[in-house]
Amino acid sequence: MKLSTVFIENLYKWMFTILAFASLAFLVGITFVLFKESWPVIVNSNVFKIIFGTSWYPTYEPPEFGILPLILASFWVTGGAALVCVPLGIGSALYLHELAGHRQRAFLKPMIEMLASIPSIVYGFFGMVVMAPLFQKVFNIPVGLCALTGSVILGIMAVPTVCSLAEDALSFVPKSFREASFAVGANRWQTLMKVILPAAGSGISTAIILGMSRVIGETMTVLMVCGGAAVIPKSFLQPVRPMTATIAAEMGEVEMGSMHFHTLFFIGLILFLITLIFNIVAEIISRRYRLRLGLGR
Amino acid sequence: MKSVIIEKLGFVLLFGCIIITLFFLGSIMYLIFSQGLRVINWEFLTAEPYSGMTKGGVAPAIVGTLYLTLGSIIISLPLGVACAIYLCEYSRGGWIVNIIRMSINNLAGVPSVVFGLFGFAFFVHYLKFGVSILSGSLTLAILVLPGIISATQEALLAVPQSFREASFALGATQWKTIRKIVLPTSLPGILTGAILSIGRVAGETAPILFTACTFYMRGYPTSPFSKCMALPYHIYALMTEGTHPHEHTQIAYGCAVLLLLLVLVISSVAIIIRQKSRRGYGY
Repeated sequence: MKLSTVFIENLYKWMFTILAFASLAFLVGITFVLFKESWPVIVNSNVFKIIFGTSWYPTYEPPEFGILPLILASFWVTGGAALVCVPLGIGSALYLHELAGHRQRAFLKPMIEMLASIPSIVYGFFGMVVMAPLFQKVFNIPVGLCALTGSVILGIMAVPTVCSLAEDALSFVPKSFREASFAVGANRWQTLMKVILPAAGSGISTAIILGMSRVIGETMTVLMVCGGAAVIPKSFLQPVRPMTATIAAEMGEVEMGSMHFHTLFFIGLILFLITLIFNIVAEIISRRYRLRLGLGR
Repeated sequence: MKSVIIEKLGFVLLFGCIIITLFFLGSIMYLIFSQGLRVINWEFLTAEPYSGMTKGGVAPAIVGTLYLTLGSIIISLPLGVACAIYLCEYSRGGWIVNIIRMSINNLAGVPSVVFGLFGFAFFVHYLKFGVSILSGSLTLAILVLPGIISATQEALLAVPQSFREASFALGATQWKTIRKIVLPTSLPGILTGAILSIGRVAGETAPILFTACTFYMRGYPTSPFSKCMALPYHIYALMTEGTHPHEHTQIAYGCAVLLLLLVLVISSVAIIIRQKSRRGYGY
């Protein structure tokens, strides 16, 4: 081989290696920056007091940085969203898998993908101008911007994620399971509920976890429709202020380097860790599941 | 007999689920398009806003969204594709590759507002790019990087190993094989991933909230270091900072329609490319 060819080969190899590590550096950089900017909070104050503090008054004198109401609000709204998106997402997935014919699928799959591609700001806008006034009338509450509105909208947003991942999980179930079930006299519904759904169970739980992970990180929608009161949530009809909404609403006006600034990064760090845990759990479950069904890695 | 009734009921229930999902999709589309299309006219698309954002158009916001989207794709596409080529074609496994794979997977799930925080600290302040198109594009680029990497990886892995072996057997070097065989074969897959990322970037709001956007500016952005208006941020600002709720809501409807059209056109192009390419190769 000519020397120049070898040189060019190595040049390209090194170029790709460097570019690959450059993108890795960006990705690691996020973790680093989050830790660095929230470090003053971790060092200078009692972290437990911040995480379990119940009042969030960052602009008062003296300011109070208790983020418990924000964390609880995030989980509250996410829980509500789960009640909407789990039945709808899994129901739709089962329908697509079991009942929809070839032509129906060709129509329904792009529709659900379309639902996924609508930007979150449009969902937030829809929530503000349509859902909130509707709920205000139906439940007779002073403002329609509350946890319930947020949960319903977030639930709809997560349906495509849950549905397509759950459908993947269902399609991984070997055909022989189904045939064996029919052979012992079960009908389609019994086969679906007692054989296919349990066999795909861990894949479906992965789908739910990843859907929830998306919901808890959703920002614009909760910022616009949840009302924004930093209080510990007690009902679905009250305004709440999840973590993402707090960061988005306050970051623009905060003084650089102040305690408030660093606390917002600390909230970002917590959010980052929560989604990380969700993703790791989902990955562990799906790996085990693939092994159990004999699909390998 | 009882089990037959249960089966029927169960199937009706499943049908109900998909109908409710489609109902929501339909009502979002219908309400936004029916209100928004009335607002859109030539002036709305080409004029700058005036009289406290109650009149005129949203041209600067459209331009800003285009700049941000193009900027982020120009940065993220080469980086992401190169990273995927390294992972699939050059690397030989091992723990470093596993770490890269894992961090890419996990970063795909990080909330967009966290990317915004990172962009604000890193690009706006450490690198002193200020609140600018450059900072916003870089932030968005990192946001879509994991998506582009995994879409490209998938496309590269779908190229049969025998294609590469045939090329090597003819004496082609590794780079020649990648350039002449692997990349052309996987191009539709890579393109689909890139286009879907464009659609996602165009609609993202949280990352540009404090890295690139401003509610109002005179004229159009002149350099990568100037702030810009953007369609998604404009909707948010109109709905929350508005002093003229009625007029502002109408304009926000118009912006929502533009954004939806943009995103839907982009993603249907991606879907069409994907389906064409599936038919194209018989392997």
